Amino acid sequence: MNYYSIILGAVSLGLLWAVMTMGVFITYRILDYADLTVEGSLVTGAAIAAKLITDGTDPFVALAAAFVGGCAAGCVTGLLNTAMKIPGLLAGILSMIALYSVNIRIMGKANITLLKSRTVYDVLENIGISNDIAVLIFAVVLNAALVGILYWFFTTQLGYAIRAAGDNRKMARAQGINTDIMKILALAVSNGLVALSGGLIAQYQKYSDVSMGQGAIVIGLASVIIGEVLFYRKGFLGKLIAVVSGAVVYRLIIAAVIELGMQPMDLKLFTAITVALALYTPNIKLKLPKPVFKTLKRREGVLNEPRAEYSKH
Amino acid sequence: MSPVLNIQNIEKTFNQDTVNVNKALDCLSLKLEQGDYVTVIGGNGAGKSTLLNAISGTIITDSGNICIDGADVTKMPEHKRAVYLGRVFQDPMVGTAGKMTVRENLALACRRGEKRGLKRGISKENEDYFRSILADLDLGLENRLDTRIGLLSGGQRQAVTLLMATIQKPRILLLDEHTAALDPKTAAKVLDLTDKIVKEQNLTTLMITHNMKDAIKHGNRLIMMDKGRIVLDMRGEEKRKLTVNELLRLFEQKSGTVSDRMLLS
Repeated sequence: MNYYSIILGAVSLGLLWAVMTMGVFITYRILDYADLTVEGSLVTGAAIAAKLITDGTDPFVALAAAFVGGCAAGCVTGLLNTAMKIPGLLAGILSMIALYSVNIRIMGKANITLLKSRTVYDVLENIGISNDIAVLIFAVVLNAALVGILYWFFTTQLGYAIRAAGDNRKMARAQGINTDIMKILALAVSNGLVALSGGLIAQYQKYSDVSMGQGAIVIGLASVIIGEVLFYRKGFLGKLIAVVSGAVVYRLIIAAVIELGMQPMDLKLFTAITVALALYTPNIKLKLPKPVFKTLKRREGVLNEPRAEYSKH
Repeated sequence: MSPVLNIQNIEKTFNQDTVNVNKALDCLSLKLEQGDYVTVIGGNGAGKSTLLNAISGTIITDSGNICIDGADVTKMPEHKRAVYLGRVFQDPMVGTAGKMTVRENLALACRRGEKRGLKRGISKENEDYFRSILADLDLGLENRLDTRIGLLSGGQRQAVTLLMATIQKPRILLLDEHTAALDPKTAAKVLDLTDKIVKEQNLTTLMITHNMKDAIKHGNRLIMMDKGRIVLDMRGEEKRKLTVNELLRLFEQKSGTVSDRMLLS
């Protein structure tokens, strides 16, 4: 295998996972907590897409259905959290566990192969583009469209309301915003994107498996953090682009360490350690002498915003 | 004409049926007429904040009625009542969304209590208006529309919160010790600003304060609370003639204690 195809593959896969990363960004950065529903809803998307495609549905329609399925999963987590007052982290865990059963129900078994089925990428291939490039083109266009849509959405009056609800609940309520509804809405959009990503990945790797979502939240967090550290931009559009870039860089890093001889089974450990270190970075400054702290300051502001705010007062 | 705020016999008990039972509001009634600017004083635990929270819907009262402009809001959830109320909190962090910019915060406040749809969150004409009202604050904020609010000082945040509370004219402005967390100079500035805005818009205002001098100096009516009741209600000439000493004497007489914090202020 030459480097060209390794990089091409990593970038394409990164862009497909970037769709999920945008979903994780919405919960982690806008609602301000890590939503574990992701681990289940990614598979839900893959399961719905795979099941529908093998049943003969158009692959694009299957993707749309995957998105809707993810939205439904997000709504459930949102209702657990708001109507039933279950803490966000726990609500996510409950959804994740429940979805494991649901996903097997959707597929009728633990996995489905798509080797003989037509996927969204084949549609492009038909007009004479090689499979690798077809995936890349499709992923780039889709990501550009999603970044555009999300940017538009989160700068509408409703989008502002969602961001305010996630940022400062008391303030949002004082401004007449129904914070519960906003939370449910954000979780629905987030998990819709995650499921869409699952549907895309299943079609790319030509199978859907009930355990393919394992560690998805950590991959998402790693991508969000990598994006913020490497491509920090002010403004919402810049942040979305950074997040997509982060997902691609994450895949490139994974491709590189595998190329360097790391066993695939060690990848999850590697990712977890990377995320742990990245989350720890903003706290290191306490133990470093001042000059080092200054150079870290800019990034610290990115990684741990609330801390940066409080230190100001 | 019905009063702007009409509270009748509201009660609120926290930790009912436990040893920590705490009657925060005890059969309290209060009427505010259009343009009333009321300062609220009282010791810690007198029920001042609970009263404001009951009006804003942060807590739902156990019994009694609350009407704003003749509409019964007793059971109305907090976010729906927001249409009537402008609020500024004690903690400068609470009134604004720290991760959003000054511009975005003001835009949010423009639609307080209104439907939020898929139209642009902010429009061009908003922007010029924001610049002009920020310039009036005289804090140099008119050139910092794109700054995250979290990067502003407590005083600046409180001033912006005050703008946000009044950018859409509220029926009642609720101020919960909104200068208590600020240094004396900034506190005075924010209070002056409060007076200016209240006067300009002829707002009906309820302001909690721990500072006796401020309570006398500002507003046209003063109420003192103790153990969940209003124990003193003065207005007009009577209020204007009050002195801190006399107020302290009244306070001791009504509650039988002296709050350290009140003595200090």
